[in-house]
Amino acid sequence: MIDTGANRHTSRDPLIRVDRLGVTFPGREVLRDVRLEVSRGETVAIIGESGCGKTVLLKTIIALLRPTRGTVYFDGRDLNAMNEAELTRQRIRFGFVFQQAALFDSMTVGQNVAFPLRQHTEKGEREIREVVVSRLAEVGLPETVVSQKPAELSGGMRKRVGLARALALAPEVVLYDEPTTGLDPIMSDVINELILSTRRHHPVTSLVVTHDMRTARKVADRVVMLYPLPRLDRDEPQMLYDGPPQEIAACRDPRVTQFVEGEAGERLMEMRQRNGD
Amino acid sequence: MTGAALLFSHADTLSMATGSRMGSSAAAGRSSGLTGGLFDWLVEWIADLGERVTAGICELGKFTLFSFSAVRWLIARAPRRETIWSNFYQIGVLSLPVVALTGTFIGMVLAVQSYGQFRMLGMETRLGAVINMALVRELGPVLAATMLAGRVGSSMAAELGTMRVTEQIDALTAMGANPIHYLVVPRFLGCLILIPALTIMADFMGIVGGYYYSVFVLDIEPHHYLQNSASYVGWFDLFSGMFKSLFFGAAIALIGCHHGFNCDAGAEGVGRAATNAFVLSFVVILLLDLILGITLDGLYYALWPKGPSII
Repeated sequence: MIDTGANRHTSRDPLIRVDRLGVTFPGREVLRDVRLEVSRGETVAIIGESGCGKTVLLKTIIALLRPTRGTVYFDGRDLNAMNEAELTRQRIRFGFVFQQAALFDSMTVGQNVAFPLRQHTEKGEREIREVVVSRLAEVGLPETVVSQKPAELSGGMRKRVGLARALALAPEVVLYDEPTTGLDPIMSDVINELILSTRRHHPVTSLVVTHDMRTARKVADRVVMLYPLPRLDRDEPQMLYDGPPQEIAACRDPRVTQFVEGEAGERLMEMRQRNGD
Repeated sequence: MTGAALLFSHADTLSMATGSRMGSSAAAGRSSGLTGGLFDWLVEWIADLGERVTAGICELGKFTLFSFSAVRWLIARAPRRETIWSNFYQIGVLSLPVVALTGTFIGMVLAVQSYGQFRMLGMETRLGAVINMALVRELGPVLAATMLAGRVGSSMAAELGTMRVTEQIDALTAMGANPIHYLVVPRFLGCLILIPALTIMADFMGIVGGYYYSVFVLDIEPHHYLQNSASYVGWFDLFSGMFKSLFFGAAIALIGCHHGFNCDAGAEGVGRAATNAFVLSFVVILLLDLILGITLDGLYYALWPKGPSII
């Protein structure tokens, strides 16, 4: 029905290739010279402290933000060289799970999950309803939430609706922006399990932006750590670690181990110095 | 006096600030005293002015592009039905009571204010001509537009601003729906189509209010009141009011949506977007009113060189 061009390249090519990406906002450089390759079926966690540009990287990959320098290749093609219609066709191969779920609050849960289906398919109302209910069931939500408004749901439920909506069109890539932030430990683990079960049920490639090491360890095949640019020297790479999650604790870079262990390290000293102690 | 004092004290603090920032130039600034400080202040002032001007031009450029893309999407693809009705209801139906109410009051106020002078000349029945002309040409359209800017324009900015801040606009884009097509086009269309109707409503209620007050409170003879109105106010006047209102409606929708789309983060950003949208659309309404008024007046005299006569 929709020509996605999925078969144009062999499965050995990386599905997403970020090449020397740089993003600068007015007066602030966020990403510099970032390179990342994600293979088909892989789950990559992007970790790092707040403000290091993880979310910006994620949004640049789906062309919600335009890179200042460098290129993002999706399935071998440069996203920013495409026209509007072509870009839309590529975008619906992605599912984006937003940090605060970003549900449309003027619509019910059912309408939210049905939104991408109504936009891009010719399915009838009954068929849409079936898909909506089955997607909601996949994330563990009962049929009764369909007619509720997002404002009536708890944070964890909203996130799960966001996931159901992202999965509505059976995307090839799922991008998670801080999936467990702001949730209690139990609900965080539920979300982690959902990320894993999504992977089991659909052949998806996933990118998970998180600062929760538990999530990174549990769901990822590979972990990538970004570091905030203002704390780096001009010639240092922004990516401090790129490897399997099991070995990250053994990394020799103290900045990586501090993040993994959750230690403030020299930040506390800096704060004390600033306070004049 | 106070102005000058303020100016100098301002210059002083500024020169101190620049001095301490630049370090080496601080000594020079201090030794040359007041003239140096004033020079620094002037440089800073000009730089500041330049920055504001370029920012303003950038903003205008962005707004123009935004408007073009709204018009392009309006022509390119029909808006989705579910987005149309809710917006039309918000913009048209819910604005009707407040527009009707203010219209009635302004009609009555016009009668109150102009009665004294006309009474002295013994031309009370001419009030009809004055009130209805003022309503149909100016006050009806401007009042309806002002109410719409306050009621709908700022709420568009707040609503779309909240959607921007909570990433709902990003979510639309990520799901392959164009936010301009989905959010701006129905609002733009709603304002464009419904503002003439609201203007008619304001005109009508103003005429009723003015008539009621003139006839029942001021005891003006109704037959001549109406006859004078009918002979003085023509179709062109009604048309010029309607015509102007189209521009007002477009300005309200585009300014409101543009402010919402470029909203800064947080509750403060949303609030500021709503306020700025209202203030700017109000100014633009009056500016457009002046420009269009002059243009339509020129057209009127080109068509009917004799012009209307009140006596």
